[in-house]
This record gives sequence, structure tokens and C-alpha cells, in this order.
Amino acid sequence: MAVKGKTGQFKWERKHLLGLRELSAKEITYILDTAAGFEQISSRAVKKAPPLRGKLVVNLFFEDSTRTRNSFALAAGRLSADVVEFTKKDSSVSKGETLLDTARNLEAMGIDIVVIRHGAGGAPKLLSKYISACVVNAGDGYCEHPTQGLLDVFTIRKLKGSLKGLKIAIVGDIAHSRVARSDMWAMTKLGAEVILVGPPTLMPSQVDKLPVKISYSLDEVIEKVDVINMLRIQFERLGGNPFPSVREYSHRFGLTVDRMKRAKSDILVMHPGPINRGLEMESEVADGRNSVILQQVTNGVAVRMAVLFLVNQAAAQKVSKA
Amino acid sequence: MKELLNAKQIGQTLKKLATDIVSDTPDGVEIAVIGIRSRGEILAQRLAGILSEKIGGDVPCGTLDITLYRDDLNSPQGNQQPKVRTTEIGFDIDNKIIILVDDVLHTGRSARAAMDALIDFGRPKAIRLAVLVDRVGREYPIQADYAGYKTKEKPDKLVHVLLKESDDKEQVVVE
Repeated sequence: MAVKGKTGQFKWERKHLLGLRELSAKEITYILDTAAGFEQISSRAVKKAPPLRGKLVVNLFFEDSTRTRNSFALAAGRLSADVVEFTKKDSSVSKGETLLDTARNLEAMGIDIVVIRHGAGGAPKLLSKYISACVVNAGDGYCEHPTQGLLDVFTIRKLKGSLKGLKIAIVGDIAHSRVARSDMWAMTKLGAEVILVGPPTLMPSQVDKLPVKISYSLDEVIEKVDVINMLRIQFERLGGNPFPSVREYSHRFGLTVDRMKRAKSDILVMHPGPINRGLEMESEVADGRNSVILQQVTNGVAVRMAVLFLVNQAAAQKVSKA
Repeated sequence: MKELLNAKQIGQTLKKLATDIVSDTPDGVEIAVIGIRSRGEILAQRLAGILSEKIGGDVPCGTLDITLYRDDLNSPQGNQQPKVRTTEIGFDIDNKIIILVDDVLHTGRSARAAMDALIDFGRPKAIRLAVLVDRVGREYPIQADYAGYKTKEKPDKLVHVLLKESDDKEQVVVE
């Protein structure tokens, strides 16, 4: 091997990625730097590299997902891992098997990494205590969706250079959004100022204890922010009547062409998808020149490759200590 | 610590490599230089500069990160954790003669990884290996096409190539 450089003293030591709350700014930056090295794989002649050759990744999804599940499958495939898909509908979970039994059975098949999405907050953490494989959280309850948070900050960093000093609005159903939480942790740790925007009924309890500002009016913040992340209204999670009507919500919190006229000319418009067109965002805005929504999807693959690569590296290090 | 090459000798060695490369390259065949991160990258840029002058045209230069292709990636690494960096090859490698540049050729494992990485970018007309220092101690059947300085230092010795861009000084030492 060539002479070792002075760089690379920082060592990634987590074999699980459970959330961004527990990560340091340095760790987040390290993931983003690693992801930058994976970007070119998706654009060259052979869209594959060998670091996870012979490894088995399981996509264990207890909730519906298309984008995230495919993105992880693609990321694992581009690193040459084998992927087993395991969704709630066609598994024995629907026959009453517990999470841990399911996981132990998967482990008996010799898996190396579990990518899990679950409706209950904390499920990935629980899993990580009982199995020896690496665990990557692909969304748990209202807690975290760390790879979405990472791909969001990756996209912003790539287009703005840095997050330091940026004002970022996260708009919509904050209370039911794990994306908002992961975004908030990642963005504030990297030095951005986050403003949560939405009706009071869709703000989480104890929101005052979070390192963010709150606004109940999109009109108040639209002129000030460098980035705006519009959350999806998740009808499947809304109980009661959090707002009088969809029309009123859209009127007050939708990102319309009119509102965009008052925004900074270089504002980045983000959305974790899938979009309710005409509700949280007008089509002209979603497809407009400030929209980076599709770049988020592209960057998601590179970020997930980095995460799968790093947790596997940490696991390889653990072997050396045993 | 013993000096194998000083700054002046490093410059002369690179010029000699460039001369040999040019005399071997048939007319009408495009060449490009690709350096292996991180010292190979700097040497490749210098070599591309000399080659461009000699040929009288622009010789493209790229950088290759071989981390993902290393054969020890999933083995215990001690305190050295492999760090993935960017690969920057801004040109098509198809049908070009690629001069692959590294600072030291020792076991041949880096060169193996680099060749595997390169062919995922396309199908070059040929890959030629150019190194500043050629050590004994090959573990894979790989030899340099252009070797600057040959040394028979024992395997337990460390050969360091220090360059002003990365190390603020310019010499090759053994310790």
C-alpha cells in the first residue's frame, strides 16, 4: 500500500445508525464527505463498486415505502451487497410473529445489515440490542428518519457550500414528522438556524425545548429563509381535526407561486416526497427552478451508500477487537 | 532516516519518466494520466504538465480513489480506517492509453485495486503503470512499465515520498 497520509485520523465507530440526535457534527460531516466519494459511482460506465461484496442486507419494512426502500436497495446493490426484501404484507409478521422473532430468524440466515422501518419509535434501537448485525433506521414512528436528514443536509451543503448561518424553514405537520426531527438535529448541529412553521395543532409538545424557532405563519418567514423544506401532509397519521379544511391549510401553509415571488431568488425548495401537488406545494413550484426535490432523491442513494459502507466498516473493526 | 532522492532528483526522475512515455506512445493515440490518491495524484498532475509540454497538446489528468477496491477493506485495520475520497476523472477513458501513476510500487496491491477501479470507468486502449519509486517485495504479479528510482529496501522499512504540495518538503526517504 502507498504511504499513509496524515488525514483520516477520525474514526467512524458506530455499527448502527439509529438517529442523528446522538451524532456529533463531526460524525455527520464524515458521513457527508464519504457520500461525496460515492456520487460518481452512479454516473460511470459500471455503476457498481465492490466494498460490500458477499454481504447480505435485509430491507425490513413494517410500513409502506417506495422511495426509501428502493433507494436503500439501489445503494446496497451499487456496493455489490445482496438484498433481501421483507415487507409486512407478505411476511409472517401478519401471522403474529414479534419483531424480535422476525429479526432472529433473519439473523439465522446470516444477514450483515438490517435496514428497518417501523411504526413504533425506538424499534431500531431495540433491534440493535438483540442482534449482532448492523442496524440502520429507515424511519421509526415520529422519532427519526436519519438518512432523509442526511440527504437533506448533503443536498444543501452541495448547493450552498455550507450550512453555517443558513436560515431553514421546515413547514407543515411537524408533530407527526420524523423527517422534521432528523432534519432539525442535522441542520442545527451543522450550524444552521431552523424555524419550524405550521399550525399550533401540528406542533409537537414541548417544542420550546428544541433548539429551534417556531412560527405559525409562513408569510412571516418566507422572505427570510435560504432553504424551505415542505413536509407532506400525512393524512394516514392525522387524527381529529388538526386544521379546519385542506383548503384553509393550503391557503395558509402551502408554497404557492405568489409566496415564491417574495422568497429569496436563490432559495432551495425541498420536499421529502411524495408530494401532494396543490396542497402543500403548487405544481409550478415543485417543478420550478428553485426546486431541488429530484436532486434530493439522487443524493439519497449516495448518502445511503455511505451509511451502509460505514456501519459495515465499524463492524469489521469490532471483529478485530474480539 | 536516509534520503533516497532529493528535490532536484525527483524533478529529473519525472522528466525521465515523461521522456520514456512519449517515446513509447505511437502517433495518433491519445494518452491520459490518472494518479492514485493521494501522492500519486500530485505526481500525476506534474507528469501531465510535462507531457503536455513535450507533446504540444493537452494531456488530461484525473484522480482515482481506490479505497472501495482495496483487498483489505473488511480486514482489521487497527487505528487506520480507510477513508473514501472522491474520484475525479473528467474525461472518457475509452481507447486512450492510461498512464496510471503512484508514488511507490511495493506489494502491487494498490495497482491491482486501481486497475479494477479503472475498468469500471470504461475500456482503455492500454493501462501503463508509472511509479516514482520501485521497491522489491511484490505480492501480486504486477510490474511497472515506467519505474523512476529502483530500490531494494527490506520489507520492514518504510519508504516515504514527501512532496511540497502535501508535505511542505520535497524528498524521498527511507526509515
